[in-house]
Amino acid sequence: MSFPTRRKILKSLLLGGSAMAAPSAVFGALYGRGEGMPWEPMKGQPPYYGTQEDNFFTVEERATTAVICARLIPSDEDGPGATEADVISFLDRQMAGFYGRGQHWYMEGPFAEGTATQGYQSEHPPAQLYRYALAELDNYCRDRHDAAFAGLSEAQQDEILKGMDEEEITFEGVSAKAFFDLILKNTIEGYFADPIYGGNRDMVAWQYVRFPGTRYDYRDFVKHNGARIDLPPVSLMGRPGWNSPE
Amino acid sequence: MTNHLPKVDVVLVGFGWTGAIYAEKLTAAGMEVLALERGPWRDTPKDFATTFAQDELRYYWRHGMFQETSQSTVTFRNNGAQTALPMRHWGSFLPGNGVGGSGVHWNGQTYRFLPSDFVAKSHNAERYGPLPEDMTIQDYGVTYEELEPHFDYFEKICGICGTAGNLRGDIQKGGNPFEGPRSDEYPNPPMEMTFSQDRFEAAAREMGLNPFPVPSANMSRAYVNPLGLQLAPCTYCGFCEKYGCGNYSKSSPQTTIIPVLMQRPNFTLRTDSEVLSVEKSADGTRTTGVTYVDTSGERFFQPAEVVVLCAYPLENTRLMLLSEIGTPYDPQTGEGVVGKNYCYQVMSGARVFFDEEYTNGFVGAGALGMAVDEYNGDNFDHSGLGFIGGGYIACYTTNARPIESHPVPDGVPGWGSEWKQSVRANFLKTTTVGVHGASMAHRSNYLDLDPTYTDRHGRPLLRMTYDFTLNDRRLTAHITPVAEEIARGMGGREVNVAERKGSYDSMPYQTTHNTGGTIMGNDPQTSVCNRYCQSWDLHNLFVAGAGLFPQNAGYNPTGTVAALAYWTVAAIIDQYMADPGSLVQA
Repeated sequence: MSFPTRRKILKSLLLGGSAMAAPSAVFGALYGRGEGMPWEPMKGQPPYYGTQEDNFFTVEERATTAVICARLIPSDEDGPGATEADVISFLDRQMAGFYGRGQHWYMEGPFAEGTATQGYQSEHPPAQLYRYALAELDNYCRDRHDAAFAGLSEAQQDEILKGMDEEEITFEGVSAKAFFDLILKNTIEGYFADPIYGGNRDMVAWQYVRFPGTRYDYRDFVKHNGARIDLPPVSLMGRPGWNSPE
Repeated sequence: MTNHLPKVDVVLVGFGWTGAIYAEKLTAAGMEVLALERGPWRDTPKDFATTFAQDELRYYWRHGMFQETSQSTVTFRNNGAQTALPMRHWGSFLPGNGVGGSGVHWNGQTYRFLPSDFVAKSHNAERYGPLPEDMTIQDYGVTYEELEPHFDYFEKICGICGTAGNLRGDIQKGGNPFEGPRSDEYPNPPMEMTFSQDRFEAAAREMGLNPFPVPSANMSRAYVNPLGLQLAPCTYCGFCEKYGCGNYSKSSPQTTIIPVLMQRPNFTLRTDSEVLSVEKSADGTRTTGVTYVDTSGERFFQPAEVVVLCAYPLENTRLMLLSEIGTPYDPQTGEGVVGKNYCYQVMSGARVFFDEEYTNGFVGAGALGMAVDEYNGDNFDHSGLGFIGGGYIACYTTNARPIESHPVPDGVPGWGSEWKQSVRANFLKTTTVGVHGASMAHRSNYLDLDPTYTDRHGRPLLRMTYDFTLNDRRLTAHITPVAEEIARGMGGREVNVAERKGSYDSMPYQTTHNTGGTIMGNDPQTSVCNRYCQSWDLHNLFVAGAGLFPQNAGYNPTGTVAALAYWTVAAIIDQYMADPGSLVQA
């Protein structure tokens, strides 16, 4: 057989109609042969950011998760916490998307508990781990305190989270520690990620720690010699003064 | 059914740094070259545009450009008594995927190994007496002097920015006085340093050390390389490692080689094409080509005169094991070679927290740093220390990306109000003095095929059995206090030391410097490849990458990986093509 050239492939895709043209990785693509660097319009790789419509949590799950996030990164007199940063919206979108499904992770069995150095070994992808662990957390709280997690005092909530972190509290059928580690990691992600993903709303976390965001050129500041640099943050969406009148 | 394709002169398995280097030289010599890349096409305007390249969540935490573990991963255990389990997502290292490989998302710290690193076994045995029996280190079979022209050429391709320390034997002020003799200066002056490097430099000088600028693949000025490709001055945006550069400021296969290659009619690249096995002739003396699968699931046999493995070290090793080329290493007997001498890097450091001054870590670049080399390799007397090797000590300012980098002092809890307030107070006021420690090979650290877990094609995953060794522990215990002393001289409020203690943990990111598995050497009984990186078993199979390192040195590997690739491709063109056969008689 002869080489199917890239042009032939493109042609066949066009003849096949637009529905076929969408998945660009149907075949191995062919480049080179003196044709220079490939460039085609509409082939950029803008980010997947999720939308308002991407929901995973039930109303109850969302409420409980928001309370956990608010204890991990509290709102206080020093500055905004997970609540102001809308970390819960970030988590809802993440759990509804490829991350929550563990789509890019190796999730083949057999599953075993593993050692402390072997990393995540749950048979549940992140969203499922949240679902099971949130239910177990409320069961645990109802058994001991006669209320769901969200109905406890902040001191009680902190005590329980600390117990999960330090492996003094365990759940049935799902690892409380694995869940704690994951939700802490995801909450920090949502607090500090670019606002395009739904958290770090209005760049509140970047303003709080004074991270200037996704600026492109700091050459004028290389010789700062230890002085403070005051620059308002910029997101991949730009910043308020650019996108709309302040 | 497998489709048979027309034969090419050379097929390259993987298209990152080494694939691009081989392809450029071989096509310039007139050969018909095909590169097969498992991942997609990637290039600056489409994939690393400055309008979306600086996305921490996407590229680091969601592994935007890395190999997906759902495609293939590694199983891991600390020792042979444990059951290896798959790394379900990446942690301690981040294998690349797609055109450019890890060369897209590296930091650009471009060192040469020391002359003594290439003769680690004979050099250390001669100076310190017999080495421990379980320390399976070897000489490379190739020397620094032989590789020097190739280091020099790669530095010019990349436009490396630095200060020479040893120019043809003359020690130069401001450079690394311990480096091997260089035939030429770096093509570009060093990067402009920031506050943290200035403090590091002063503190190191105060201790009598010789700080020098880290050789950097982030440009200090505009540069045109020997292939006519242009690089732009780095803007210190703080998004290098784990990100593509949207500014053509970081040397990568895309910025320094590929555009020239794509003009050549005798070069072809197939993306989204994963090589499943390297095929052997009936008599088992040569490879006949490779079998690959594209994303439609269709299989192809690609015949070739020469096959070069240019994938990541872990995948090169797995391909050889799956293809049953060479004898798999057996840790019980110490016999066999494929998978032998897996090594890594022993990282530790001391973090400085300032009160008044701002380090402003967001003004950073991947290879923006100052280093000292007094404690690397055999630059110091190891008599009575109980270990060999060392590491450089450096102060980098690579980033202040807040998901990744929000350090707090020791004693602060990991979450809650106290943590949050401490993050704010310290976010722009901290820097690290790091130790980049060597990793010496040990009989019990190795790679083989996992007996249980398979990839999406049903092939066994690679199994990694690895833990830090006694040599590693003594090395890090000896050198980390030096880093701490430098850190204490930098004028901060407090210094916290992060020692390398306990077993190797596969999850916290350490470095993507996985080495060994397809090691080179002088003896087919103890190495996979000869000194020309040519398989001892199949004379028309060559191997590239850090899998060739018999042990890992106290430096970042890319400079040496590239020099070995240029060395081998020269041997193929100058010697092998005229008279195909083993370039070294066993």
